Formats: sequence, C-alpha cells, structure tokens
Amino acid sequence: MSQPVRIDLEGFGKAYGGVPVLRDVSFTLYGGRVHGLLGENGAGKSTLLKAVCGAVAPDTGRVLLDGRPISVGSPRDALRHGFALISQELALVPAMTVLDNVYLGRWHNRLGWRSGRKDGRTFARLLERTGFELDPSALVRDLPLAAQQQVEILRALVSGASVIGMDEPTALLTKTETDRLMAVIRQLAADGTAVVLISHFLEEVLSVCDDVTVLRDGRHVVTGPAAEQTPDSLVRHMVGRPLELMYPEPAPVAPSAPVLLSARDVRRGTAVRGVSVEIRAGEIVGVAGLVGSGRSETLRAIFGADARDGGTVVVDDRAVPSGSPPQAMAAGMAMVPESRKEQGLVLARSVRENMALASLGSRQLAGFVQGGAERSVAGTMLRDLDVRGSDLSGPVWTLSGGNQQKVLFGKWLLERPRVLLVDEPTRGVDVAAKSQIHRLLVDLAAEGMAVLMVSSEVEEVLGLSHRVLVMRHGRLVAEYARGEATREQVLAMAFADDLPGTDPPPEPGGRAAPGRVDPTTPTVSSRTSTEEQR
Amino acid sequence: MTITADTEAATETTGRAAASRFTKLHDFGIVLSVVVIVIALSVTTQTFLSTGNLVNLLDQAAVIGLLACAATLVIISGAFDLSITAVLAVSAIVAVVVTTHAGVPAGMAAAVLTGGVLGAINGLVVITVKVHSFIATLALSIIYRGLAVILTAGAIVYPPDDRVTAFQALSWPTTLGGITAASLLFLVVAAVCWAMLAGSTFGRRIYAVGGNEEAARLSGIRVGGVRVAVFAISGVCAALAGLVLAARGGSAQASMATGMELTAIAAAVVGGTSVLGGEGAIWRGLIGVLLITLIGNGFNLLGWDTIYQQVVQGALILGAVSFDRLLRGRRS
Repeated sequence: MSQPVRIDLEGFGKAYGGVPVLRDVSFTLYGGRVHGLLGENGAGKSTLLKAVCGAVAPDTGRVLLDGRPISVGSPRDALRHGFALISQELALVPAMTVLDNVYLGRWHNRLGWRSGRKDGRTFARLLERTGFELDPSALVRDLPLAAQQQVEILRALVSGASVIGMDEPTALLTKTETDRLMAVIRQLAADGTAVVLISHFLEEVLSVCDDVTVLRDGRHVVTGPAAEQTPDSLVRHMVGRPLELMYPEPAPVAPSAPVLLSARDVRRGTAVRGVSVEIRAGEIVGVAGLVGSGRSETLRAIFGADARDGGTVVVDDRAVPSGSPPQAMAAGMAMVPESRKEQGLVLARSVRENMALASLGSRQLAGFVQGGAERSVAGTMLRDLDVRGSDLSGPVWTLSGGNQQKVLFGKWLLERPRVLLVDEPTRGVDVAAKSQIHRLLVDLAAEGMAVLMVSSEVEEVLGLSHRVLVMRHGRLVAEYARGEATREQVLAMAFADDLPGTDPPPEPGGRAAPGRVDPTTPTVSSRTSTEEQR
Repeated sequence: MTITADTEAATETTGRAAASRFTKLHDFGIVLSVVVIVIALSVTTQTFLSTGNLVNLLDQAAVIGLLACAATLVIISGAFDLSITAVLAVSAIVAVVVTTHAGVPAGMAAAVLTGGVLGAINGLVVITVKVHSFIATLALSIIYRGLAVILTAGAIVYPPDDRVTAFQALSWPTTLGGITAASLLFLVVAAVCWAMLAGSTFGRRIYAVGGNEEAARLSGIRVGGVRVAVFAISGVCAALAGLVLAARGGSAQASMATGMELTAIAAAVVGGTSVLGGEGAIWRGLIGVLLITLIGNGFNLLGWDTIYQQVVQGALILGAVSFDRLLRGRRS
C-alpha cells in the first residue's frame, strides 16, 4: 500500500417504484482517510453505501478504482475489488465460532480439509493488528453486539478489503464501545484503508472523520474536510436551512394535580433494584441513564411487560398487579416500547390493524370487528398525528420510521390512557417527526396525562421534562427540577462510577444531599421520589 | 419542513402503491397457476366441467381442505401443527368406539370433543414447554398415534352393522346439487374459519400473535390463550376430517391419513400463507387445496398412469411456488 487508493463514485442514481432515492451523486474517497456520510433518514446514505458495495443494483453510476472503472454488480464482485460492507444487520453465523466466522468461506485448507491451526495463527496476527480482544473459539451468538461487530470488521480485513463501509455501527453501542470502535477505525485508516462511516452522531463524525459528505433527498450537497464543518453547519446542510431543535415548553403542573402513578420500590433481578417514583397529572418525568442502567427495565416492570420481583404500582388508587399488560391497561396505563420493530408494531399488517390492536375490545360486536367504527377512529388518529402519505390499508413496513413511530403512539392513544410510559419516543425518527412527537408529549401532559419518559438523548429528557431522574445500576441516583440540570451534570451522574478511579462528581449547585430536589421549585412534585433504598 | 415532509409523503405513497401492486400480482400468480390447469383440463377432456366431476372434485378436496384450514390458522399464528393427522386418527377411532356403545350422534360429538381436547393439549404444551411447535407437535403426534394403536389394539375398527349406514352419513350426497355431506361440511368449516380470521377480533389477535408475538403481548393480548385456542380449533378441524374419512371407509385405524399433514401444510403455503406467520388467508389455503386436488383429478380424467402422479404433483407445486416467488421477489 505505497500509494493510497482513490475511489471515484460517479453519478449514482437509484429509484424505488419510480421515486428517486439517489440522484446523480458523485464524490471521491481516498485510502487512508475516514469519510463520513451524513443526511437525514431517507436521504439515501444507506442506499448509496449498498450500491457501492454491490448489495443494491443502482440505476446509474459507476465506481472508478484509481481511475479504472470496475464492476460492483454483486457483493462478491465488490469484495473482489476490496469493497466490504458492514451493515446494520450483521451478517454472521450465530452458531459458529468467532474463528469460523472471520474466515467464513475462505478457510485455509489442505486438499479440502480445514487447517484450523493456520487460521488460528493468522487470527492472532489480526488481533495484534487491530487490538481487538476476541476469543476465537467463542460462539458468535454468545458475544455482545460490539464484539460481533469486531468479528465483521476482522472478516472484512481477511477478505483484503481496502474500502470498508459501515452503516451506523455505533447506533447500539455504549460510550466505551463506541470509543474503542473509533480507535479501530482510525487504525484501519492509518493502515491505508478507506473507511466510509454513516452515523447520526455528528460529534462522533466530526471527531473521527477526515472528510464528510452530506446528502439531502438523495442529492449530493457537500463534500469537504471535516475540519471545516461544525455540528451546526452539518445540520444546516442536512436540512437545507438553519435549524434549532426547539423543545416545546411543557405547561406547568397545577399544585393541586393528583398523583396518577405511584410506583414504590420496584425491583426486577439485578436490572431494577428498588425504584420509587410518583407522577402527577400533567407531569412529564424524564429518565436518563446509560444503556444497561435499568431505565427500560424499570418502565417494563412498572407496566408489567416483565414480572416484578417486588414493589407496588398504583394508578389512581388502583393497585396494578405484576406482570400483566392487560391489567395495567385496564388501570389506565399504556407503554410505547423501546423498539417499534421488535416490540411495537406487527410490520406485515396494515396501519389500521396496528392502530386497533390495543383496543380491539372497544369496537366489537359479538366478537366481530366493527369495521366502520375502526376506520373512523383510526383515520381520525392518523390525521391528528399528521401521518402523511399513508392510508389505513397499507402495511406498516412501507412507512418511514417517523410515521411508524406515530402509528405506535396512535395505537396507545386510542384508549386515552391516564398514565403514558414512553421508551425512546424518537429513536430513528426524522427531524420533522421528532419535533411533532415532542409537541404531542407536551400536549398530552397539558391535557392531564402523567408521562414517564425514558430516552438516550439527554437533551430530549432535559428539554421536555418537568423533572429529570438519572438511573445508574438499577437505582435512581439523582433528581433535578426543570432547568436545574445541565447535560454535563446528568451525564456525570449517569456515568459516575464507570469512570475509573473517580468518586461520584460533586453535587450540582453545591448541595450536600446528592440528587435532592429543591422543594420550592414550583414545577416539581414536592414529594421526594428518590428515597434511597435501604 | 414542508419540503422534507412532502417528499417523504410522496415516497411513501408510491412505495405503498408499488407494494400493493405487487401484492395483487402475487395473489394473481397462484390463482393464475390454478386457472391454467383448469383451462388445460377443460380443453383436453370432455368430462372435467361435468357436474359429476365437479361434485367428485369437491368431495375429494373435503379431507385435505379441512386439514388445510387447520394448517392455515396455525401457520398464520406463527406455529406449526404436525399432529393434525394423528389427532384425526384418534378422533376417528373414538367416533367408532363411542358409536358402538352410544350411537352415531354421540360418536361424532365425542370425536369432535377429542379433537378439541388433543388440540388444546398441543397448545398448552407449546406455551408451557416453550419448545418450537414443530418439535412439540411432532413428539405429540407420535404419542397420539401410539394412543390410536392402544385404542384399536392395532386392528381396524368398525361400527356395529346396524349403525354403519348412519355412521357413513357424511359420505352421502345432499339435495344441494348432489354434493356430498362431507363437501358441505368442508365448505361450512372453511366459511366459518374465513369469517373468523378476516372479520373477528380473535382473527386480528391471531395475525398479531403470528406477526409479532411481543408486540401483541405488550398490546394486552393474552398470547398463550390465543395459541391454545388456535391449536384447539386445529384439532377440531382434524377431527372433522377424521369423521369424513371414517365415514367413507366405514372404519377407522391407527395409521389413517399418515403423512397428509404435510400435504395440508403444502396447500396452505402454496396458496401464499407465509411460514413466518402473520400473513395469509383461508382463501389462500383453499387455492392450494384446489391446486393439489386438480392434479389428482387431472391424472384420473386424462387416464395417465398414476405412478407418475406424485412426481408431477411435487413438480407442479414447486413450479407454482417458484412463479409466486418470481412475482413476489421484486418487492425486496
């Protein structure tokens, strides 16, 4: 690799069913550099990357490798020219070992018999080169996601890839894992590989990438050195206009508002170790914390998606038994789960069927669905939530992430719950839909709903909540009133003992008792909800 | 904002239009295969479109049709039921035994009850043991076949002579254009299953459980209850098929309808019901049944040697499914 490779992408275009998703996109990649590919959901990033790596056949466009046009008609072709794609859905064989997966299909062999020893030796060299710590004999299905990703990267290296495309590799990684991956990406570039990185995390892109390209509506907007961009300028390029993500101001909670949800000492395994929270009518309580801090598990235990090992949940003076979603719903609770694809929607079924699913019993006659009533309520909800470009009969999988998320909200709002539990309200949702969902949450609270919201986006928690709770290791470790905490303080509390050799950071505002709420703050329940547990 | 939202909207409208167009093509695909065979048989034989043959065709479709209704329901709910023909055998034997002691109506009622109970046991095992339904019902089907052997002591059982005629009532022609009572039973069961699946809240729950069990559970659906009910219905359909077979032969035995569960699953899947669950319809199962029955009927009418029938049947199923796949493949 004396001379770094140069890869020109020329005139890439692709349309699905007559609708262009890529329009005449051209730019150049260089070996030894990390190239960020940015854009809103639906801007065409993934399609472009797949087209370059042979996973999708473009309508127009060609790839020049050092000035010579090459054919990347199939993943095999692309791989032959050194183009490897690491997509969001990892393509590993779960039941095979790390070693077998890394050398999948290109095992060393002698007369057709495997030479495991030789594979093992080259594998050790690979580990040395990348700094990964992987047990070659571990089964891939037993590995955490970050390690599985490393296996894919190793496989790309074994195939001799000189161009590696990564589609949102950090979407599901923790902070530490992300940092490690970024180091590996830099290492790959230092070895002469051209890395193309799709990510929604702008800071991450700016910190690791040498160059960035922004796409908007399938068109090429800008390519240039990352050093010349800021998060603001990138967002401007992505949406085509300056955009400040403004959070709507939640309406103040009336001092007399009754407590609608009261959870006491909720426990589940090691994930939730005694969480107590009270939420009043009209109040939005946001929960921040790292992945694995028990935030989602807490929500699920309160709703009854998972059985509780201990603790009580009371909605409006009515005790909600453990582990029964139907009972929780009867008490007036609803839960918008973390993952709409896995837990929220039946993707193959229509918008209408999905919307109706949680309230089938409300519109039936002798066990049969009352079609007219169902169409009318679901249609109204569709309009209220501004789900555009879709009618009721289309399967949900044809909708964009933002519209799918709205349908998921719609399913629960049809029953007019009194307590709404929301896990990651805007994950994988475009900017426009995101601000609509924020507005919706604030409006619902203003109408008297009690909202308990979990989000990985600290800004979202800070921007929407009357009260902010921070979880760590299954416990609530801090509580802040609206406007009282900064992003840094919340993150510091969330990370606290994950930082080696440091004590929990000093309390914000210099208060002695960590995480106590100032009882005079008007928008906050004066009840202390974070009683430290035993 | 309007610009982004509008393009997104446009993308989705066309995307969905394209999707539904493919769905229609795909529906059309399997129907087209059947239509081609019907036209071919109508042209090459004089007898195919005669009332007699059509009545006969329907009668031939009755047993596999009842089993295909069962298979379709279970597959849409995201499971497999390999025990249906074992349940069929036990139910038919129970029908004969109870008929011997308590008369034909009691025998038939006992058979249906047996089917329902064995089906519910399937469902309970699947939801409690949590092994894949494929394995669970395979094991249970062996147990049921064994029960059938025990009940009959390995022999063929017959109803008493004075009750044979009544016992065979299902194989009689009815006043409805001469179609047999078995055909009528099949049509009624198919209509009930169709209405239930397409129109009832229970049907919606079946689709939801099959399409995404976790989403269904979190939407307050009692997934276990739905599963047990679906398996119980499957068992009842199997028992009814058993009654038809026993009525035709005037007897029952432990090895009845062995292997036919696979034909029933094939019928369901050939029609376009997804093996992954959550997608499909009763009418699709019926199209599959029609395709399979037509092949046998065609051999008969054309006077072809039936030793080739299985090879042709398999090849035609493969052809129909490939054609189907071809039309559907463009979706992804």
